[in-house]
Amino acid sequence: MSAEQANSTALKPKKVDGPLKRSIKDFYKKLAKNKSALVGGYLIIFLFIVAIVGPFLTTQDPDFIDYGVKFEGPSAEHWLGTDHHGRDMFTRIIHGLGITMSIGIIATIIGGIAGVITGLISGYYGGKLDAVIMRLIDILLAFPGILLALALISILGASLQNVMIAISIFAIPTFARIVRGSTLSVKNLEYIDAMKALGASDFRIICKHILPNILSPIIVQASLFIASAVLSASGLSFLGLGVQPPSPELGALLSDGRDFMWDAGHIALYPGLAIMLIVLAFNIFGDGLRDALDPKINK
Amino acid sequence: MQKKELLKVNNLKQYFPIKGGFLGRTVNNVKAVDDVSFEIYEGETLSVVGESGCGKSTTGRAILRLDEPTEGAIEFDGTDLLSLSKSEMRKKRKDLQVIFQDPYASLNPRQTVGKILIEAMEIQNVVPRKQRRQRAIEILETVGLNGGQIDRYPHEFSGGQRQRIGIARALSVDPKLIICDEAVSALDVSVQAQVLNLLKKLQKELNLTFFFIAHDLGVVRHISDRIIVMYLGKVVEIADKKSLFDNPQHPYTKALLSAIPVPDPEIKKERIILTGDVPSPIDPPAGCRFHTRCPFATELCKTDVPELRNLDHMQEGHSAACHHMEKIMAGELQPV
Repeated sequence: MSAEQANSTALKPKKVDGPLKRSIKDFYKKLAKNKSALVGGYLIIFLFIVAIVGPFLTTQDPDFIDYGVKFEGPSAEHWLGTDHHGRDMFTRIIHGLGITMSIGIIATIIGGIAGVITGLISGYYGGKLDAVIMRLIDILLAFPGILLALALISILGASLQNVMIAISIFAIPTFARIVRGSTLSVKNLEYIDAMKALGASDFRIICKHILPNILSPIIVQASLFIASAVLSASGLSFLGLGVQPPSPELGALLSDGRDFMWDAGHIALYPGLAIMLIVLAFNIFGDGLRDALDPKINK
Repeated sequence: MQKKELLKVNNLKQYFPIKGGFLGRTVNNVKAVDDVSFEIYEGETLSVVGESGCGKSTTGRAILRLDEPTEGAIEFDGTDLLSLSKSEMRKKRKDLQVIFQDPYASLNPRQTVGKILIEAMEIQNVVPRKQRRQRAIEILETVGLNGGQIDRYPHEFSGGQRQRIGIARALSVDPKLIICDEAVSALDVSVQAQVLNLLKKLQKELNLTFFFIAHDLGVVRHISDRIIVMYLGKVVEIADKKSLFDNPQHPYTKALLSAIPVPDPEIKKERIILTGDVPSPIDPPAGCRFHTRCPFATELCKTDVPELRNLDHMQEGHSAACHHMEKIMAGELQPV
């Protein structure tokens, strides 16, 4: 019976998957080969779950101050100890995870979109417009990322939003460069000429025919950039220029712990580990993604 | 019967600037197409042959305004294409379509065949929205594909089938003129024949006009009514198929034709071997552009540019650009 069933299913015309579904399947296979990338991917999923669900499960208020228990080490009551105000570190890190990760992701999305649009326009139209845009991008690239962010924050003022704005601005050049390069190679393919010959508008060509074909480098760059955005966000908060206390942003937590390193190392240690975990997860995942999406490694 | 001119190209020039120096000034030009004129009559197939880099494809692209020509006029069905604004040109593109050489690069890998065809109709707004899918199926069947393959992606087809999809895309907007830019060169010989026969069939059924760019003389002989021979950006000879193959006038055409293999080992062929390379189109030779390689070249050829001429012993509509056609014909001038 089961053999017959197997036969009848084999006879049915096999539904061929579209390139999207096919590429997702292919992609997972390749990603699965790269064990560390898979670990990175699962780690990211885990961090997301913790960041989203975690705050509802913790019993304490992250800002609840209890001077009776300050500087306490890890215990059954306070899993990761308490800080100099007696706030529960575990609760604060769980809450901070969400803040830090959302800064990284939102900034990458905003900066990524701006960079992709810039790159598409620059690459597609070329000529003088391209020259002007790319020189502006070069200027942005000439600043070290964190310095640019510092300068922007000192103009805009320190707040959660401004950290995101600063980081998205320094995300623009990397995205613009990558997208411009890919656009240049795709726009010379014959099907783009065919669309032009059909009378398609530039907008249609860019959105429907170029963008879908250059998505993979963009996705890779985004996942790698989230890691550096997280690092910059916590860096800025550590310097006191980012998210303001008492908000439990991971960089700010690290900065809080700095003064008590010798007496209560755990206050700095655990936020630091949390930042490291996020950055590591996105970096490993991004590297694996690059290998999986790179057609040159295709066997 | 008076033949109707569908497309008239007058003194077309296409120069591509070479930028150099710190300020990106134009230091020189690649003269890809230099002063080319011809006309295409409705319902015929006009082929252009010539070696790589002689400006065949550039001429095709200029007609479509995929590259803006440097100079000249292109008149299509009474309207000057070069004077049209971008949006007017967009509407006009319905009548002029193109089939490309590489069937692997000419289809967007992320669209199904149906989407490709429906999008073409959508851009030119040719068929009522609801009937577009039905029309796409019809077109697929016209080009010899199965209507059931409409939801497949390009990667699921072979090269010949993909080329048929390219043809279907061009047909979907109901064009008058189709420019076939080396449309069969990337296919193997048996598939070439199928695609050529399909093109011929479509031409008859839909009253299409073809501007056929090729380098394979066998293909050209099979499909053309008239043939243009180009060399280094210039037309050297233009004639109907029979006159060109039977009575070639220009030394370059003769050399080109002598290179066609004959499938009979008994026949002794006189092969005209050209020496040297094609000169650079950046700095083409003065006078006749072919004089550097021509076995008949004289001092005159080095200074004077020959015009296209029709002589008594040639058919009507046959003309060639050589100073010494008469002498070569009479045997007064011998190859060196």
